[in-house]
Amino acid sequence: MSSTQTSAWRGLLLRRAIQVLALLLIIGSVCFLMVRALPGDMAMRIAASRYGYDFVGSAAASAVAQELQLQRPLWQAWLEWLGQLLRLDLGQSLVSGEAVWHEMAHHLAASLDLAVTTLILAMLIGLPLGVAAAVRPGGVADRIALLFAVVLRATPAFLLGILLMLLLAVHWGMLPAAHDDQGGTLWLPALTLALGLAAGLARISRSAVREALASPACEFARSKGLSDFQALLRHALPLAALPVLAYLGVHLVLLVEGTVVVESLFAWPGVGHALVHAVFARDVPVIQGAALSMGLLFILFNLLLDALMLAIDPRQRKPGASDA
Amino acid sequence: MTQPEPDGLRRRLLQGAGLGALALACPPLRAQPAVKPLLIVSSWEISGLAPAASGYIFTRLQVTETLLDAQDDGTPKAALAASWKVSPDGLEWHFELRPGARFHDASPVTAQAVARSLNLARTPPGVLSMAPIRSIEATGEKQLRIRLSSPYMPLLSLLAHSSTMILAPASFEASGTVREIVGSGPYRISKLEAPHQVETRVSEHYDGPRPAIAEVRYMAAGRAETRSLMAESGQADLAYNLDPASITRLRQRGSVNIASVTVPRTVVINLNAAFSGLKDLRVRQALSLAIDRPGIARALLRDPELAASQLMPPTLAGWHDASLPPLQRDPVALKQLMREGGWTLGTEGWRDTQGQLLRLKLQTFPDRPELPVIAGALQAQWREAGFAVSVSIGNSGDIPLAHRDGSLQLALAARNYAIVPDPTATLAQDFGPQGGDWGATNWSSPVAVDALQRLVRGGLDKAQLAAQRKRLLQTLHDELPLIPVCWYRQNVAVSKRLEGVSLDPLERSFRLTGMRWKA
Repeated sequence: MSSTQTSAWRGLLLRRAIQVLALLLIIGSVCFLMVRALPGDMAMRIAASRYGYDFVGSAAASAVAQELQLQRPLWQAWLEWLGQLLRLDLGQSLVSGEAVWHEMAHHLAASLDLAVTTLILAMLIGLPLGVAAAVRPGGVADRIALLFAVVLRATPAFLLGILLMLLLAVHWGMLPAAHDDQGGTLWLPALTLALGLAAGLARISRSAVREALASPACEFARSKGLSDFQALLRHALPLAALPVLAYLGVHLVLLVEGTVVVESLFAWPGVGHALVHAVFARDVPVIQGAALSMGLLFILFNLLLDALMLAIDPRQRKPGASDA
Repeated sequence: MTQPEPDGLRRRLLQGAGLGALALACPPLRAQPAVKPLLIVSSWEISGLAPAASGYIFTRLQVTETLLDAQDDGTPKAALAASWKVSPDGLEWHFELRPGARFHDASPVTAQAVARSLNLARTPPGVLSMAPIRSIEATGEKQLRIRLSSPYMPLLSLLAHSSTMILAPASFEASGTVREIVGSGPYRISKLEAPHQVETRVSEHYDGPRPAIAEVRYMAAGRAETRSLMAESGQADLAYNLDPASITRLRQRGSVNIASVTVPRTVVINLNAAFSGLKDLRVRQALSLAIDRPGIARALLRDPELAASQLMPPTLAGWHDASLPPLQRDPVALKQLMREGGWTLGTEGWRDTQGQLLRLKLQTFPDRPELPVIAGALQAQWREAGFAVSVSIGNSGDIPLAHRDGSLQLALAARNYAIVPDPTATLAQDFGPQGGDWGATNWSSPVAVDALQRLVRGGLDKAQLAAQRKRLLQTLHDELPLIPVCWYRQNVAVSKRLEGVSLDPLERSFRLTGMRWKA
């Protein structure tokens, strides 16, 4: 590996490491302050989430406040959190009493399972459609891809999920309707998310491939005697991969974080669902844990994406190329 | 023979690797185990192992037992305690434990283990904190004594509540927090993934008859649509907490059976009897007279029988009083009452003698999805009758908070009067001299307080018991410290493969031991 390549990699890793440290401090503190600043009584909210509305009352709330020392001044609680963080301890959930690390590992694993399967399904559906549409613009494949993209992008995930449940689980009995720890429960939520993502992916890959096919590199490849198919495979697709990868990178993060609706519809025990519950319950350690793991995941995905771009695109490794 | 070109080979290898990765990443399509466990789906999540938090899920799944059980009408029934007696002064209770009872870790259920669980259950919000308990102690291997500082009749009922479930000593950390659920019921936990899922199987140490269903899986699914589709597709065998629209749909399609039972839960409007206009009994009565209860029950709950004619539903046989005049809509009587009180109806609504407009705020919360919708219907019906009411939807904790700081005006809630099988305990909490978080606010009646005290003290014969209950409920009906709106029915989608299903009106158990698969 040349020295310029090594320095490109080193710069990348160093930048991300600094981001991780800053993120831990900023996200954790902001979550902490925001939850404390919310209106309403924190002890009452925690008691309501712990014991349900039949039992929430003044006695339960004061027992919770005493147990969790909620009367302490803000700075004391913040310093304690900081001390815990330095010891890599995210604390315990105020509702269930479980270690946040443990809860987050469970939810993150479920979210990652869903996100990766969704991504693979979306690529299997969206990429061939996009490439086929780009090769013959205005052709049948292009029109079908456009219709597919417009209909699916316009259908809310909630509605699409229910339609898929009705069709695949109720009418055809092919798949289980919602998560229950049996095999196959991943497919319906993954398909619901993948169809929406595939629609976007088909459009992005169509324009990327068209642009690449029109590039001087492709024209040169054809002029030196390669067939259209060979030129597409060897020259246009690697060129078109860059914008497509960037699009997928952003969406992978959104898939892990932004799938609350689909997670709750399919009773999927993911991190988005856990975060929403924690916000309702004012469960500060879980909110911090969820926000931190999402932030770390964001950085990790970006790092992987940068690395992939660096590996695919020789221009980024050239001396003088921007490493920002 | 041609050699594969290097690029073609690479492509094939890549394709192979891609397919392999996909196969690894995705689990097999609907892998079916040999015997499917019974799957129950409901909206209740497991929010921790503390008995006061999620004990009700473990008692319903028949993993844990309480000292006493209850019959459908709330009468105490033997459970872990085989027999019990009370001293003549009502201050000492003695319990004899079931001799063969064992925990799931094979250790015997001793009076000492029971005393430990019960003593831990005495801190709020555990229901035992309501009773005037001096001590709970073991007086022998299987003998338990509870001493009280004053007679308290609903004690047996509190001992049937899930927050007083009995756990083995191995369940607790040294600090008293629950580490794992080791109960004594017919099922033991085989896998617990809070907050979504529990799996249980038959316990080999249970001393009663062996249940026919060997394995049970419990799932929490937040959305009613999901639960209904899980039942319809055959994935779930029992689906609880279905919404009215799904029940109508499931009934029409006929792919599952629907079992239902009226539960002792009432949608009520809590009100602050010290707040401006609400001080006047006539205004409270007028607010009640404006409500079209059968309309709300028919349109929103899709069940006209659920219109509440009084606080207690007919399912509480000893409490529902058929002789009370039913609460109903009456616009003419309403106007007459308001005018008698000096109110005048303008274009914006009712004004008092000083010309001040009566404006009210109704608080509610979305934990039960029908509450905000009912709040909207009430707002419209009140507007029609000249009451300007705004609706505010927040957290369930806001209502006890507003009760405590006196800012409460109106609040819509669903109150379970059989939190413990005997409603006396809940009513005493709600309508005592200081009112209650979910009961009266700034209202108290000497008649109600006296009747409650007599019911709590006990020692009444059947006729006296009925008379005191009547006194209490008549007062609540006449003075309206809260306004009943409708009752509740628990509807459950039941798989056609199951038989022996019965629903518990007190919502204490899923009654799994009585069920079996159809041959």
